[in-house]
Amino acid sequence: MLQIEGLTMRYPTGDLALDNVDLTVERGQVIALIGPSGAGKSTLIRCVNRLVEPTAGAIRLNGTDIVSMGRANLRRTRRRLGMIFQEYALVERLSVMENVLSGRLGYVGFWRSFLRHYPQSDIDEAFRLLERVGLDHMVDKRADALSGGQRQRVGIARALMQSPDILLVDEPTASLDPKTSRQIMRLITGLCRERGLGAIINIHDVPLAMQFVGRIVGLRAGEIVYDGPPSGLDDQRLTDIYGEEDWSGTRARDGDEDSDEAEVQTNAARKVVSAVDLPEMKKVAAS
Amino acid sequence: MSIAAPGLGVAQAGSRRWRKPPFIADPRLRYAIYAGLLIYLVIGIGSVNFNWDRMIAGLDRGVAFVSAFLTPDFTSRWTDISKGLLESLTMTLIATVFGVILSIPVALGAARNIAPWPIYAFCRSIIAVSRAFQEVVIAIVFVAMFGFGPFAGAMTLAFATIGFLGKLLAEDIEDIDRSQVEAVRATGGSWFQLLNYAIQPQVAPRFIGLCIYRLDINFRESAVIGIVGAGGIGATLNTALSRYEYDSAAAILLAIIVIVFIAEYSSGYIRRKFL
Repeated sequence: MLQIEGLTMRYPTGDLALDNVDLTVERGQVIALIGPSGAGKSTLIRCVNRLVEPTAGAIRLNGTDIVSMGRANLRRTRRRLGMIFQEYALVERLSVMENVLSGRLGYVGFWRSFLRHYPQSDIDEAFRLLERVGLDHMVDKRADALSGGQRQRVGIARALMQSPDILLVDEPTASLDPKTSRQIMRLITGLCRERGLGAIINIHDVPLAMQFVGRIVGLRAGEIVYDGPPSGLDDQRLTDIYGEEDWSGTRARDGDEDSDEAEVQTNAARKVVSAVDLPEMKKVAAS
Repeated sequence: MSIAAPGLGVAQAGSRRWRKPPFIADPRLRYAIYAGLLIYLVIGIGSVNFNWDRMIAGLDRGVAFVSAFLTPDFTSRWTDISKGLLESLTMTLIATVFGVILSIPVALGAARNIAPWPIYAFCRSIIAVSRAFQEVVIAIVFVAMFGFGPFAGAMTLAFATIGFLGKLLAEDIEDIDRSQVEAVRATGGSWFQLLNYAIQPQVAPRFIGLCIYRLDINFRESAVIGIVGAGGIGATLNTALSRYEYDSAAAILLAIIVIVFIAEYSSGYIRRKFL
């Protein structure tokens, strides 16, 4: 569904962020992109929706090349590429609902969005998503009044409002505590499965990636050095990606699931958890 | 040479001394600058010639002025004063509204992070021209162009507002959180939607604060530019002063002070509401 071919990105400073990267994401496939800081993970997903302009290569979404697109086409294509950000990137002074509805900006005209007069179907969908992420009681709260985990849930709802084909997720858990991180990862991967969405998830936390995602891609200095299941990620592979280090314990971590579920606040959120806790996830976590 | 840490030699074994490095590393240059500034200050003070006789002569007028403040006369020139105040307030409001409306596109164009180079340069030059001239200078030009009266005054204030608000708003736009802009761009929103969703919410409180502050400044400036013929309360004040009617002048100044105070307190209230 998403094919990246020969993607190269050189910053004006001369730094080569991506070096001839090939990557294919099948429909409904979730990929975790791991690698050290500066390996080009953020650049890679920002090239996909051209927040960063790639230097060379092709990116095809359902067969259409994004890199060569004109502005109007690019805007239309961006609607199909939902993005979730590290520091949430919510518009702080807008309400939760306005933030979620902003996911529809590519679909509605300026005056509709300016007057906040969205079609009823969009509002229905926004309420459905807010319920799904467990925030339907905070609709009119301002985004800056929310906790980190809650903000990221709003960010997820906003991305899904776009009715995307694929999610580009940039360090979704980097600013969150370990428990909230797990809840957010479970939510993202669960929603992808429910809606048949593909996703590229940049993530620093290797055990977390291995726990939730079936395909891991390792990036080092702008090149893919690993592409495979979490089980194949042994000490040697981790050294390939990150460099020499003592990796014992990295893959052994598992299960704070029990404590997770005890404190999930709303029924809606509880549904999320049970929907996502599928057997194969347990298997991945235990391996 | 940048050896600027006296006592480096006396450091004991195992304990390193630390001092904040001086702003100017070279001590010779540093002390030369200090000495230069001191000499300039002494010469400067020496060059101001106090004319004691003139000061004593002027003291009487000063006393008359101050004592008139204790007996301000609102009644005998009240029609002139109220007309002047109303004219000034009208002038101020019109100038602020039009100035603000015109300054928004200028500010957007003058923000480096959202405007392309040619537009940026053009808008920055508008701001520079507007800011280069003091209100009184612009007022003199506009009075010459449009004749005496509040129209020239309103034009002056609107023109000055563009420079003031354009510059400060543009700087505020340049300081916004980029990730919020990125997020709205990523949804496929258009440029205007980007303004409305990502930029406007971030700059709105400061923008409102700046508008109220500029309203305040415009009112005070209206008193000054009236003196050069641009209408309003300044014209009334000028007339009162040239007739040596210090009690009426005092009444005018008190009225200005009261209005500025009202503006000050209400602006604080409004800003708290919007933050």
